Amino acid sequence: MSVELDVFVGNTTIMDKEVFQLWLNGYTVSDAVKVRIEGGIMEECEANAEVLLSDTMDQYRTFQMCERLLHHPAKLSNQLLFQIPPDRQAMLIERYYAFDDAFVREVLGKKLSKGTKKDLDDVSAKTGIMLKSCRRQFDNFKRVFKVVEELKGPLVENIQQHFLLPDQLGRDYAAIVFFASNRFETGKKKLQYLTFQDFAFCAGQLINHWTVGAVDNMMDDMDVDLDKEFLQDLKDLKILITDKDLLDQHKSLVCTALRGKTNVFNEMEANFKNLSRSLVNIAAKLINAKDVRDFFIDLVEKFIEPCRSDRWTSIDVNLYLTHYTNSAHILDTFKHHGVWTRYMGVIKSCILRIYH
Amino acid sequence: MPGKLKAKIVAGRHLPVMDRASDLTDAFVEVKFGNTTFKTDVYPKSLNPQWNSEWFKFEVDDKDLQDEPLQITVLDHDIYSANDAIGKVYIDIDPLLCSEAATVISGWLPIYDTIHGIRGEINVLVKVDLFNDLNRFRQSSCGVKFFCTTSIPRCYRAVMVHGFVEELVVNEDPEYQWIDRIRTPRASNEARQRLIFLMSGELQRKIGLKVLEMGGNAVVGYLQCFDLEGETGLVVRAIGTACTLEKISTLTSASTTHPSNSSPSKDMKDSPQAAPSTLGCRSTHSSPVHSASSRLSQGFSVSVPTLLFAGMGSGGSAGKDAGPLKALMRQQTQSALEQREYPFFTLTSFPPGFLLHVGGVVNARSVKLLDRIHNPDEPETRDAWWEEIRQEIKCHAKALGCHAVVGYSESTSICEEVCILSASGTAVILGSRFMQDGPLDTDHRLSRQPLVFSTGAERVEGDMGSSISLGFEEVAPPGCGFCHIPYDELNIPFPAQLTNCYCCRRYKVPDVLFTTIDLPTEANITGKGCLIQARLCRTKKKAQGEGNATAISNLLPFLEYELHTQLMNKLKLRGMNALFGLRIQISVGETMLLGLASATGVYLTALPSPGGIQIAGKTPSDITYEQHISNMQKKINDTIAKNKEIYEVNPPEFVEEVIGSPIPEPRQRSRLFRSQSESSDDVSELDLSYGKKDAFVLEIDDTDAVEDIHALLTDFPTPPGFYSCNTEIMPGIQNWTSAIQMFTSVRVFRLNNANLTNQGLNKIFSELCENLLKSFYFKLRSMVPCCLCHLNFTVAIPEDELIQVAVTAVAMSFDKEQTLENGRQSGDKTLIKAITENDEQLQFSLELNAELSSPNPLSSTKGLSDVSGSHLSARAHSVDYSSFADRCSSWIEQLRLKAHIIRRGSVKTTSSLEKASPLPEGRSRSLRRNRSYSGSSVAVVKMTPLSLLPGAKIIKYLGIINMFFIRETTSLREEGGVSGFLHTFIAEVFAMVRAHVAALGGNAVVSYSMKECVFMENPNKNQAQCLINVSGDAVIFVRESELEATSVQPQSATTQTSNGGEGT
Repeated sequence: MSVELDVFVGNTTIMDKEVFQLWLNGYTVSDAVKVRIEGGIMEECEANAEVLLSDTMDQYRTFQMCERLLHHPAKLSNQLLFQIPPDRQAMLIERYYAFDDAFVREVLGKKLSKGTKKDLDDVSAKTGIMLKSCRRQFDNFKRVFKVVEELKGPLVENIQQHFLLPDQLGRDYAAIVFFASNRFETGKKKLQYLTFQDFAFCAGQLINHWTVGAVDNMMDDMDVDLDKEFLQDLKDLKILITDKDLLDQHKSLVCTALRGKTNVFNEMEANFKNLSRSLVNIAAKLINAKDVRDFFIDLVEKFIEPCRSDRWTSIDVNLYLTHYTNSAHILDTFKHHGVWTRYMGVIKSCILRIYH
Repeated sequence: MPGKLKAKIVAGRHLPVMDRASDLTDAFVEVKFGNTTFKTDVYPKSLNPQWNSEWFKFEVDDKDLQDEPLQITVLDHDIYSANDAIGKVYIDIDPLLCSEAATVISGWLPIYDTIHGIRGEINVLVKVDLFNDLNRFRQSSCGVKFFCTTSIPRCYRAVMVHGFVEELVVNEDPEYQWIDRIRTPRASNEARQRLIFLMSGELQRKIGLKVLEMGGNAVVGYLQCFDLEGETGLVVRAIGTACTLEKISTLTSASTTHPSNSSPSKDMKDSPQAAPSTLGCRSTHSSPVHSASSRLSQGFSVSVPTLLFAGMGSGGSAGKDAGPLKALMRQQTQSALEQREYPFFTLTSFPPGFLLHVGGVVNARSVKLLDRIHNPDEPETRDAWWEEIRQEIKCHAKALGCHAVVGYSESTSICEEVCILSASGTAVILGSRFMQDGPLDTDHRLSRQPLVFSTGAERVEGDMGSSISLGFEEVAPPGCGFCHIPYDELNIPFPAQLTNCYCCRRYKVPDVLFTTIDLPTEANITGKGCLIQARLCRTKKKAQGEGNATAISNLLPFLEYELHTQLMNKLKLRGMNALFGLRIQISVGETMLLGLASATGVYLTALPSPGGIQIAGKTPSDITYEQHISNMQKKINDTIAKNKEIYEVNPPEFVEEVIGSPIPEPRQRSRLFRSQSESSDDVSELDLSYGKKDAFVLEIDDTDAVEDIHALLTDFPTPPGFYSCNTEIMPGIQNWTSAIQMFTSVRVFRLNNANLTNQGLNKIFSELCENLLKSFYFKLRSMVPCCLCHLNFTVAIPEDELIQVAVTAVAMSFDKEQTLENGRQSGDKTLIKAITENDEQLQFSLELNAELSSPNPLSSTKGLSDVSGSHLSARAHSVDYSSFADRCSSWIEQLRLKAHIIRRGSVKTTSSLEKASPLPEGRSRSLRRNRSYSGSSVAVVKMTPLSLLPGAKIIKYLGIINMFFIRETTSLREEGGVSGFLHTFIAEVFAMVRAHVAALGGNAVVSYSMKECVFMENPNKNQAQCLINVSGDAVIFVRESELEATSVQPQSATTQTSNGGEGT
């Protein structure tokens, strides 16, 4: 005796949040049933394992049928097959597009290609996230990337519009797309201490200030690419380190301002030229795509690590960067104020974010 | 009489990719009606084509308008090869032919393909101009309204109930024609779908003609069925009840509903002497004359009811049931009814005064061998078969002293060439009020008032499930009249035990009552009801032709008897004494017969309390055996006690009086004899009587009985917070919320073990049903407290060793806190509670607080009821209790609504904030594209198998929905196996029903049912096919709170109207 066929269809589609999460996490039906049993639902509802299995199968089937709609969330609200209340729809979309920070750290900045997908089993083994779930998350990244890549206009809004994602999730996806398209290196050992949210914050800064759309919202260009003109202009900042007088002048201005305000003044003074050189060199190299990729590793290696070894607090860093940025404007022979502000604004907030 | 059908193809969306190279589609549309076809232009390279076609006009006969569906085919244009069909839409234009139904069909309809399912949607506009809407056509019957609902539809009143209409049409099944061997599955399926559409249309037209002949204008309780006979053909048959209906204008009903609602209960309170006399006619208009006359007629027939369970095999006759009883020469109603061929009514609930007495269930079956239908235009054999059965039913009814049968239905079960035809109903005596040729004597007064009465009736019914029933138990008249036996006390047609009615103490009532109808609204019950099912499996030898038919007909009486025994036992186990909505289904397979009887058990206050069940061992020789028996007895007693608690079946107060009553205690019990074992073949030995015996005793001298008792006790109790019933609404629950969830569930079991005994099979089958119920309880746990209503089980044996059970039901939540007994008090409490909640969450606490702070909240109510034109101001004080309670509940409903809307509103605001929020650093960019989904979200369409929506008022019936779909696949595994395939298909059927209802302008389907679900699979070939037939009534409903907002609470009207989008 066996159940050959077993279906339950409601006029309003019944979806259990908990089962949906299990499905998203990549549990098989039998594993999901086990989890549910352990959760004590049987005692709660006077159910038995059979009922639970039947319910889980049903839900899984529903989710599978819904999945193709979830790939194009806008369709979910005007399809006729499932009658799902709007709040439920929003929940489904949000959860389907949610991702694990551990997973995203692994693929952030990587090319969203078939090759990367093939390596997902390694990612799965490393993070402990089920392969199925890894694939879904990866496919989500890729799908969003594909759609947004071709679109003009602001990145975050495009993502939110097309995938009906809540604000924060939309920003996160913008970061993922931005990292993937610029192929920022995030996987190096030295960068391991950084969380996804650290990167997402930096991505937000870069998108808002360094892309083409950042300066001219009338331009029908994308947020994904850094503003080439700006990168070109960054080379001009080299004067700050190549011109000996300027460098000394800058140093004395900064030191004057810092004196007595910090415990690590001596280290700051000693390191000033090094640090300044690092920051300006990073700026000057950004015109090369390869160096763009190393942006974060450069920041960590050339700036954060020296500061850290000198035991600067983040207050110190903040203080230092503030004066470092402002003092440049007082230099007589320094003309590139616009570029400097645009560059240092982002650098400062990025460094402050990742200095921990 | 010609008419002009106009269709316009607007656009398509979500079309499938038909051209792999471009990932696009070059779509165009063919619009076909009859033999005329129009085409739109090709809209190249798009999955969302905008055709915006001209109006295609078909000038056709209105006979064709009724018969034919409008057929819309979407195709992909292909230059080099034949155009590929994407899918089709069949539109039944019948709703447009009736002036009171829909006027236009407009909206997105799913494009359906029998192989691929739904493939995108198409937006169409369809209108009909009827040139001559006069009543002189011969061939057509445009304008006759059809309702699946088995009661008088909510916004109509019955002027006259004419009676039974039936028709059947026959055709060859395209699936079995020779040509099927060379055509594609798709072509076959489409031929079949189209044919059934045509046949349904034709059938409806013919029934309509009959209705017009009878002078009616509507068919209520329209039940259409298909018999897929296979080789011998395809039969589409329908039955219904012809009526003359009159629309209650929406405006007046909206404004007067409330005062008139409250009036009956008020009346009762004011004049207690009216209570015992009025027969459910709770109306201000009930004059003493009326009650006197009704009493007079009651007095004439010594009343008391019982059941008759006349199950007949083929050729089996009513035998002893049809005893020499001469039908009582009752009122002239009878003669009026007798003039009719069949005094049958497919209705299951009635306007007050329609039903006088209930006799019991009448039932007839016959086994037939299918033969080829030689002349489809004259389907004489099939007609003759049904005629036979109906005659039998008529006889049975007569034997019960009844002149009419209500809650009547017919069904078939086919296996190979054997077909079981079944009919069942409830034998009753009807009041003459709604009858044609009404008599002109004592009852005359009554028959002159129907309009007045029915107005009240509609109200009461229409608002069932909402606040109206508040205080019902308190004030309603006994409502016991229908329990009084219709037959002669001295000439009881079958052995039954009669007692004096426990309500009025005047007339005789039986000890148990079985019916196929819904519980009358005026009936007095104790506690709550519950679903009771008897399940049975019987093995049968494989046989051919006549031998097979004989074997089946020999088995049938046993099957029915045992089902009946089970029902009886389970009823007693729950401490109840009556069954409503009884539906017995017998399904035939090659090697077994399945029987499933479902009903809703209740405790009718008028009937005596059921005795317990006693177990007796035949040979009480050794002590362990005794021990065993006493253990079991204890278990049973415990279960009864527990059940009484669960269902709140508290023995009514006058039980004490019973002790002094002439009925001796032991005789309250009845004895149950088990049927002989299967080997017994003498039908006449069966003892269908229970009454003669002294005690209700289960003898466990054979293993069967042990099994029986076991089965009795293994029924899974419903988990806390759940109730279930198969009637429209759970007796004993009134305060429904508007949350409903309709569902369909299908399970197929494979019996791997070929050599199962009857007991083994029974156990499996019973477990299957129990597990299904358990699954429902689990799935719907978030709706608790809730009741599964109209649980409709359909069993089938699709193949040897397969059992299929399909269930459609609706889960409805109710409010537990709002107790009915002290409606006012709790109403007050809830109101305050609601307001505190309101303060916390909602912004418009002001207006409600203001009301509360007014020193006498009742005064405002009073004022309002005066405003709404009530003439009851003199007695307004007592009116206020109920109307205040009404208002409380409606406020709560409203608050909930508002809260909901606000929640949604706030979601909206945040999302708009998101949109508008400038990105950090004040970088604002304009959106360059509107959200692609904006403005096109799909309207919500509610579906329910009930004829009503709790908390809502149906304001318009848009026409009948009757759809037939076939789905086939040759890639079963890829579609998720049989479950995946069927799951998708059922979801698609729901989607298509919803879309068609929305296109008619409706927001709900009531009386929805899935009448056919034939599933066939061939996993080896990776194939499966399924046929589904669904029907229902498309309606527009309005939330009661909204109605009130406009009529009773003008101050909040603005809020309500601005929030009016809720229903969409």
